[in-house]
Amino acid sequence: MEKQATRDAYGKALVELGKKHQDVVVLDADLSKSTKTADFAKQFPERFINAGIAEQNMVGMAAGLASAGKVVFASTFAIFATGRAFEAVRNSVAYSKMNVKLCATHAGLTVGEDGGSHQSVEDIALMRSVPNMTVVVPADGVSTARAVSALYDMNGPAYLRLGRPAVPVIYDQDSPFEIGRANRLRRGEDAAIIACGVMVSKALEAAELLAREGIEAAVVDMHTIKPLDEAAVIELARETGNILTVEEHSIIGGLGSAVCETVCAHHPVPVVRLGVNDVFGQSGEPNELLEHYGLTVEKIVHNVRDLLRKK
Amino acid sequence: MKQIDQQQVQRLKEQAREVRRQIIAMLGQAGSGHTGGSLGAADIVTALYFWEMNIDPQKPDWEDRDRFVLSKGHAAPLLYAVLAERGYFPSDRLQTLRKLGSPLQGHPDRSKLAGVEASTGSLGQGISWAVGMALAAKMDHKDYRVYTLLGDGELEEGMVWEAAMAAAHYRLDNLVAFIDFNGLQIDGPVEQVLSPLPIPAKFAAFGWEVLQIDGNDIRQILEALNCARLVKGKPTAIVARTIKGKGCSFIENKVEWHGVAPKGEEIARALAELNM
Ligand SMILES: Cc1ncc(C[n+]2csc(CCOP(=O)(O)OP(=O)(O)O)c2C)c(N)n1
Ligand SMILES: [Mg+2]
Repeated sequence: MEKQATRDAYGKALVELGKKHQDVVVLDADLSKSTKTADFAKQFPERFINAGIAEQNMVGMAAGLASAGKVVFASTFAIFATGRAFEAVRNSVAYSKMNVKLCATHAGLTVGEDGGSHQSVEDIALMRSVPNMTVVVPADGVSTARAVSALYDMNGPAYLRLGRPAVPVIYDQDSPFEIGRANRLRRGEDAAIIACGVMVSKALEAAELLAREGIEAAVVDMHTIKPLDEAAVIELARETGNILTVEEHSIIGGLGSAVCETVCAHHPVPVVRLGVNDVFGQSGEPNELLEHYGLTVEKIVHNVRDLLRKK
Repeated sequence: MKQIDQQQVQRLKEQAREVRRQIIAMLGQAGSGHTGGSLGAADIVTALYFWEMNIDPQKPDWEDRDRFVLSKGHAAPLLYAVLAERGYFPSDRLQTLRKLGSPLQGHPDRSKLAGVEASTGSLGQGISWAVGMALAAKMDHKDYRVYTLLGDGELEEGMVWEAAMAAAHYRLDNLVAFIDFNGLQIDGPVEQVLSPLPIPAKFAAFGWEVLQIDGNDIRQILEALNCARLVKGKPTAIVARTIKGKGCSFIENKVEWHGVAPKGEEIARALAELNM
């Protein structure tokens, strides 16, 4: 199976965007080789600004550039983009609806060996809680590229959550991708699995295994966490009567919480949230960590079976 | 004020060399991590733990101990090597660096390893911890001293200057900050990425006593530490010129060696050079 890191796809997509549009400006905070904005920097040095190791200033400058008509893509690791710079994102970017796309890489546990200090498992929660913010968590390289151009076309602040390791490519070039519109990847009446990011391909694998047991699980790629495709969630709740959410993020405040909020308000059904259980990460190999924190195909299968038993 | 004799200087040089060997071995085993910034600052951290600081490895929680905060937390292998050599934990644990379940996290975690004073890794935050510790010493009328080590790239963080302002404002003469002035960060030389220069003038303007030394010269490090003890009413910044990757010729001064570990042949070559 073909694999690509979403950060690699981001770097390539930025270069394409830069060729097409003169108003694209890219900012980074001394991590351009890791975030892959280095490719853009090389091609368009006059439209690349290295903020140095100063994330708050990077975000503040992004707001200023955006106010002068630039479409700003600002990148660093997710922990620093959403954590260190949070209040600048809120007050300088979101509050004034500045056209800034905060594109953060190295999100979640799959940062790996750098350890818990660098593994953001609360960034979706932070960004989702801010008014005016669009939050996108692509599952693979193809949808990352689509997201980058969709974010350019959309006026206003957005957060794009990208990862470090290579992940399976699940989309074709001509698959539909629309911000705010969930992608239903598999039909099924017994249960619904709603996933985002690196967990989408695992959800697909799990559904495959479940099908062998005669359990038909729907799989949805909820790439846009905000605005959430509420209609899709409610439809799934009606069709299957139970939902499993899966994310490489804390179970507090992320995809699972968003789904619960919608289901609670419109069509209450049992929801189980699979994610990081209100703990910090630690050093380890990316896959080892996903295993350790229970973010595996087996755990998805197990949780769907459990849900059905309680039905 | 401590007497500095040639024998001691020699002993510390040997100790720093051993620390560098441990760093290479540890990183080689881990397969990832920050080599350049760990090697470059080895003389400074060795001098602190083996000469300057009033500590007891058997009692890491002793309340009157001097404190060291590794503000440039990515140099964790250096801190771990020094702590192990100093007897805080058995050195065979160094082999677990960055492995699942290890107390030796990719960046220092004070809740996992005794001897680590502050959990760092997010640049700019360690110096604030150090200021807090120095404030606590003043509040409690204790005479322990607080040391911290920052990267020159790290100086680009605004938080560093917020801490610098606070340290001078509260007249923290029990605080010493080393600046590991190796001229490099991740995306290139600091002067090209976002210049933090001139460093000494900045700290002086913020109200600090400033000393400038060769940070790979043990004698100069000890002399600066002695000087800092004489400073009253303000914190001291020791701007230490270093060579990133010092001790391994093929790593020295190479920006690409910031965040990669030596592999195979490289490990053998680095160790051979350090054994010479
Ligand atoms: C707040 C924050 N932003 C970014 C990083 C990623 N990072 C780790 S090391 C580093 C470069 C540090 O350069 P410098 O301070 O000069 O350290 P040294 O050269 O001594 O290794 C960066 C940007 C980080 N750890 N923390
Ligand atoms: Mg440096």
